Amino acid sequence: MSTLASALPEVTNRSNPLVLGIESSCDETGVGIVRGQQLLANVISSSMDEHARFGGVVPEVAARAHLEALAPTLAEAVATAGVRLSDIDAVAVACGPGLAGALMVGIGAAKALAVALNKPVYAVNHLVGHVGADVLGPEGPFELPAIALLVSGGHTSLLLVRSMVNDVELLGETIDDAAGEAFDKVARILGLPYPGGPEIDRAAAGGDPAAIRFPRGLTLPKDLAAHRYDFSFSGLKTAVARWVEIRRDAGDEIPVADVAASFREAVVDVLTAKAVAACVDLGVPRLLLGGGVTANQRLRQVAQERARTAGIDLRIPEFSLCTDNGAMIAALGAQLIMSGAKASPLDFGADSTLPATRIFVT
Amino acid sequence: MVILAIDTSAGTSVALVAHNGEVLATHDTLDTMRHAEVVGQAIMNVLADAGVSASEVTLVAGGVGPGPFTGLRVGLAAAVAFATARGIDLHPTVSHDAIARGWFEQQGSGDLTIGLRVVTDARRKEVYWSDYAGLTSGIPVRLTGPAVAKPDDLPPPVGEGSLNTVNAAAVSAIQLALVARAEQGSGITRAFQPLYLRSPDVTLSQGPKRVSS
Repeated sequence: MSTLASALPEVTNRSNPLVLGIESSCDETGVGIVRGQQLLANVISSSMDEHARFGGVVPEVAARAHLEALAPTLAEAVATAGVRLSDIDAVAVACGPGLAGALMVGIGAAKALAVALNKPVYAVNHLVGHVGADVLGPEGPFELPAIALLVSGGHTSLLLVRSMVNDVELLGETIDDAAGEAFDKVARILGLPYPGGPEIDRAAAGGDPAAIRFPRGLTLPKDLAAHRYDFSFSGLKTAVARWVEIRRDAGDEIPVADVAASFREAVVDVLTAKAVAACVDLGVPRLLLGGGVTANQRLRQVAQERARTAGIDLRIPEFSLCTDNGAMIAALGAQLIMSGAKASPLDFGADSTLPATRIFVT
Repeated sequence: MVILAIDTSAGTSVALVAHNGEVLATHDTLDTMRHAEVVGQAIMNVLADAGVSASEVTLVAGGVGPGPFTGLRVGLAAAVAFATARGIDLHPTVSHDAIARGWFEQQGSGDLTIGLRVVTDARRKEVYWSDYAGLTSGIPVRLTGPAVAKPDDLPPPVGEGSLNTVNAAAVSAIQLALVARAEQGSGITRAFQPLYLRSPDVTLSQGPKRVSS
């Protein structure tokens, strides 16, 4: 066998590193380029349309799409940023949590890119990456500690972020479906297409959010004792399905706008109530939202209202930085580099259940 | 002038071959489950062993399979990224052709006319297979395949000396590089198309299931 080659060199430019980030944890192939906290490129290729007819993300379809999108997405990001790949100081890649087969496409690419450029690679946490996206906004980095509510088709997590490079605590997460998944499933129940989030939002316009009192998962006192910051949306989805079935069986017309608005209200109510409770309980008056579900108009509205009432400073990055993207991965990589963190060893793999507390692979 | 070849259709095989055909370095891992873990170090190792810098590589040969999908993609993603990073061409190369070339090379030098069937594991009690008629200008002459089938459903082999079958558990990136070199020399190009040979496992939804009885 061959002798072990020496490791890739560490970054020398620790003050304002040029970092290329790769994201492939679900159905978005993202390549982003940042210089320190400055966003230079954020190119996203989504395979969402290919999943629409299946009503949800099909892992193998997503993984195939990542490989097809890789070269054009890389090329566009480099062109947009106006840099040469040889100028890159480091490569960052999301290594989990997410779909293993999808993550591995990004990992294979990131490692080869790093070796080809003789630059180090940082294997970072996809969820913490969503927090990292915040530093790229026009307002600059959010003051820490902060509470982060990350809501997407695959995740619903509440984090206490004391430092995004070395101190992230998981306060709670969904114990069954992710919030975005619940939107997709309820959309199907109502005969609406995938993805469900925007469809439910459209259908809910003009609906009465108080028309039907759907259950708020894990909010009863006995549930709060054990799951204060956890979420559950599976029971809500079933409650909506049952409500609709009973009326369909009786031959009644389904008030789609009211059902959509009432369902959305139940989701938004729980998400914002628990996030605000975490801010209040922990004395952290700063809340950061991230993930694709932040596109939901009602979530933004209620979050703003409740944050204002509770005296909480709310931050929602622009949408292209909220959905899965490579820029947030690059941003977290840059933060790690600027903090002096050493690069990841080259033998890391995909970890589909990487805990939020593990910010990067050491 | 150096070819970097990467194949993850079976284990992880990476090689550096000079354009005159000289093998500079190779790194092989038989494990069929750890492609993502080992591919980066494997590329580093061949560069270090050969004393070649990444900037001296002038062509990347990427094994397009057939092979189990998840692993296959790791090597191809690495091949695409390396070629993009260095601004050089990627030559997509059929992994079965590498196996065939290795077998033909053992039979003799120069052009050969010998029938050969290459068979590799496709999991799910199926195999990937390709039939060859021989070797011309260093390129295996593929008659049929790659295709996927149950072992019992394989058609009778065609071509001369039709009893030769190679059941391969590994693909040599050295041979992959040599096939790519020969194809490039003959002006043969191939579209970037991973040989999955199976559709993704998914069935269209029949609509939401009832939750109440």
